[in-house]
Amino acid sequence: MTPDILAALEQARREKRPVVLATSLPDGAQCLLPSPAASAELNAAAEQKLVHDDSGTVTLGSQNWFLHVYNPPLRIVIVGAVHIAQALVPFAAALGYGVTVVDPRRSFATDERFPNVTVSTDWPDEAMDALAPDARTAVVTLTHDPKLDDPALDRALKSQAFYIGALGSRKTHAARLVRLRALGHSDAALARIRGPVGLSIEAVTAPEIALSVLAEIVAVRHGSPLAQKLAA
Amino acid sequence: MNTETDDILAIAAAWRAAGEQVALATVTETWGSSPRPAGSQLAVTKSGRMAGSVSGGCIEGAVSDVAMKTIETGTPQLLDFGITNERAWEVGLACGGKLKVFVEKLS
Repeated sequence: MTPDILAALEQARREKRPVVLATSLPDGAQCLLPSPAASAELNAAAEQKLVHDDSGTVTLGSQNWFLHVYNPPLRIVIVGAVHIAQALVPFAAALGYGVTVVDPRRSFATDERFPNVTVSTDWPDEAMDALAPDARTAVVTLTHDPKLDDPALDRALKSQAFYIGALGSRKTHAARLVRLRALGHSDAALARIRGPVGLSIEAVTAPEIALSVLAEIVAVRHGSPLAQKLAA
Repeated sequence: MNTETDDILAIAAAWRAAGEQVALATVTETWGSSPRPAGSQLAVTKSGRMAGSVSGGCIEGAVSDVAMKTIETGTPQLLDFGITNERAWEVGLACGGKLKVFVEKLS
């Protein structure tokens, strides 16, 4: 790898720009995609790899290319700077997620409780508008307070977030769905919300609940049969 | 997949910036039950530092031998490991999978 390619690749990653490093096999000539200098065919192949987050080898004509996907990190937005969030943050970081905690209640959202993580004390609707969840973002609400959870879920439902989870019992969740329906969300849209949140592993403690939530996020992301639980 | 927690490219780049001679090995293709997906990386320095993994342990030794040669020559290598390859038996790809690994020098 030449110093120029390495520098360009590192810069794209710092800027959280999705890129593909294309390596001609077996000779090792490289370029970064998308690029106007590359063929339309090669750029299209790279785009497909980015969308599916799936590095691999493609053959175009008689030429083999290894297309190495460098997508920005997956993100998780945690609404509620509560005890379970404190357990969730380090687990999520260990899985490679970029983590943001949202809670306008400054007594909860303190640096002491959440060291080394981005904390937003904006109201959840404003915070969500700023964070702009995309198809590489998971949203989890943990406050149990409709004033905070509902606006976050409303924004999450209007986004392409690949995972939306809401902490709360079946009863709490049923009441939540009634409120969100009143905001204009259809049943099909509401079925995107995972509630009660997390895989059913009889989690009790905060770290166990955090584990069940992250396990469910992984299951959804990779299309595991475990992800196909029915909405409450 | 590239949602690796360990950012091997960043480690390799940091080693190179610190004056080390570095080779980077990347899984480019897998078949069967290979433990690591395409894109998995192993960085090796001439001084003997290693980070990451291309197989979960089966072929790291053989790959780092090639990496040392690539650091010397600067010539990239595309390696085949698998049950149809005698070298694979030699290095013991116990999982029964097959994979290709591209080894390059950070020049």
